[in-house]
Amino acid sequence: MSPKTLYDKIWDAHVAHEAEDGTCLLYIDRHLVHEVTSPQAFEGLRMAGRKVHAPEKTIAVPDHNVPTTLDRADPATMTEESRIQVEALDKNAKEFGVHYYPVSDIRQGIVHIVGPENGWTLPGMTVVCGDSHTATHGAFGALAHGIGTSEVEHVLATQTLIQKKSKNMKVEVTGKLRPGVTPKDVTLAIIGETGTGGGTGYVIEYCGEVFRDMSMEGRMTVCNMAIEGGARAGLVAPDETTFEYVNGRTHAPKGAQWEAALNWWKTLYTDEGAHFDKVVTIRGEDIEPVVTWGTSPEDVLPITGVVPAPEDFEGGKVEAARRSLEYMGLTPGQKLTDIEIDTVFIGSCTNGRIEDMRAVAEVVKGKKIKDGMRAMIVPGSGLVRAQAEEEGLAAIFEEAGFEWRLAGCSMCLAMNPDQLSEHERCAATSNRNFEGRQGYKGRTHLVSPAMAAAAALTGKLTDVRELI
Amino acid sequence: MEKFEKLQGIAAPMPLVNIDTDMIIPKVFLKSIQRTGFGKNLFDEMRFNRDGTEIEDFVLNKPQYRNAEILVAGDNFGCGSSREHAPWAIADFGIKCIISTSFADIFFNNSFKNGILPIVLPQEQVDILMADAEKGENARMTVDLEAQEITTSDGEVIKFEVDAFKKHCLLNGLDDIGLTMEKADSIKSFEEQAAQARPWV
Repeated sequence: MSPKTLYDKIWDAHVAHEAEDGTCLLYIDRHLVHEVTSPQAFEGLRMAGRKVHAPEKTIAVPDHNVPTTLDRADPATMTEESRIQVEALDKNAKEFGVHYYPVSDIRQGIVHIVGPENGWTLPGMTVVCGDSHTATHGAFGALAHGIGTSEVEHVLATQTLIQKKSKNMKVEVTGKLRPGVTPKDVTLAIIGETGTGGGTGYVIEYCGEVFRDMSMEGRMTVCNMAIEGGARAGLVAPDETTFEYVNGRTHAPKGAQWEAALNWWKTLYTDEGAHFDKVVTIRGEDIEPVVTWGTSPEDVLPITGVVPAPEDFEGGKVEAARRSLEYMGLTPGQKLTDIEIDTVFIGSCTNGRIEDMRAVAEVVKGKKIKDGMRAMIVPGSGLVRAQAEEEGLAAIFEEAGFEWRLAGCSMCLAMNPDQLSEHERCAATSNRNFEGRQGYKGRTHLVSPAMAAAAALTGKLTDVRELI
Repeated sequence: MEKFEKLQGIAAPMPLVNIDTDMIIPKVFLKSIQRTGFGKNLFDEMRFNRDGTEIEDFVLNKPQYRNAEILVAGDNFGCGSSREHAPWAIADFGIKCIISTSFADIFFNNSFKNGILPIVLPQEQVDILMADAEKGENARMTVDLEAQEITTSDGEVIKFEVDAFKKHCLLNGLDDIGLTMEKADSIKSFEEQAAQARPWV
């Protein structure tokens, strides 16, 4: 048999039907659902008199719209439109009999944090959700990607997706990371290298010592942003770190089933000599703490750098850079560490896990955020929040002057009340710096949790290595 | 789904690269639980001032492009979120075809589900069509899906590739779910076999 990549193996194990032209019906093991991209899909089922094919494989949780302030049990904290979406999910989850974590449940949180945390996401699975950051689950060696609402309806009705296979791409990061360099810096540095279109048409496998050394939380941060690199999905081969994370979680297999699962999971790696259509290699030692300066996630520079000029680019990117600089209110040649910050947002499916909370606490322990700084920490789930409180992290945050919130997507995409105002400048641990993403005319710099914490203390974009 | 066969219409030029889904439909408009009515907010922050007045120099506000049915766009169109509200807004506005050197994967798939034809062409050919679109309302391009040909206003013909299955669905306005349900037996036998092989799933 010819050698296979990890992606080939998972794909082959899930093809329910293949047409002559290579169009496949890919079977879906887990379907995650949230309130923004699902109402039209459930309505479609209802109108056609269809049922959910596999409700036991479907997990719903509201996250995008929900307020994260402590008073959110009060319906007045939500706009009417948001409330309608959340109520529609409540109703649809009940009517179609899918697993559901309502806002009042401690396990509620961002769908991509809830899935892994409760053991829904397992190695070798296919996982989809009507959300592009579904790529997160690739950290487990699961084939996971975002889909549109028509496809949500298709998966609800048939538990399959119509797909053609993507190409294989290998992103290798060799060696060790330097102190102060985190998984977020790694994933941003990769996008800086490949561009936001560099992964289009591919599924990426992240290989190399840096990922082998990385925790599950870190791998989730890396895979989460595979989509910002344009890839359909990102994968890390499962290993002992993965098995240890999964073992004992509520919906993970137990006993003899655990042993059987483990036997299969241990075969999920890329065979020696398997073909990759594209390979990118980066030395871990070359990666520095990074920050974005523009309005595309590929606009990445080391924190030690300066704001570029449009003329530094080629083709269509010249005009895009000019537009970005104007939008961001930056001047070419300006040192990145001279950029003053109004707001710090720590959270999201990229960086809302317990390890991210610990990284922030390490930087801000015993210190105070800059006077006048608006700084919030939004844990990715109720369980992350509870653990951070148990570990004493929440007390550190509150003493430093951060707002310590309830779980949700919050200011990552600003569909709830957490938004930037015009020209407000934010250091954010989220995943997109698009125009208007965090609020109309708001300005976003993407950074790691440690770098966001450093900016909160100094009021400027800051090289966290100077504080640790 | 509405059929797409042959379209003759005005093409609007949008040479900006990396036009993302937050530009196409800002998230404040994602709160509807309907599929329709998003066209009025297409490209909202590029198209309108905060007070609701139009930004004159935005391409779709120019008189010659107000009725555009084709977009010729820069690289990596539709990057970002999986929101199908983006193609819903584009279709609701009346645009049925987008031409670029590349599209983001999820947006590309979403387009076909909504009767929109996204066409990928090499840079030189996109440049020719961009120049044609710059001519304004007199430049009416023709997109023939059956023949897989675009004809410029000058009569130049450019061939394009399209996935055979997606072409079939667009030409006939077919509903994917109905087609898949015809393969219910394959799905059932896959489930039986998977339950043996991976009972923990």
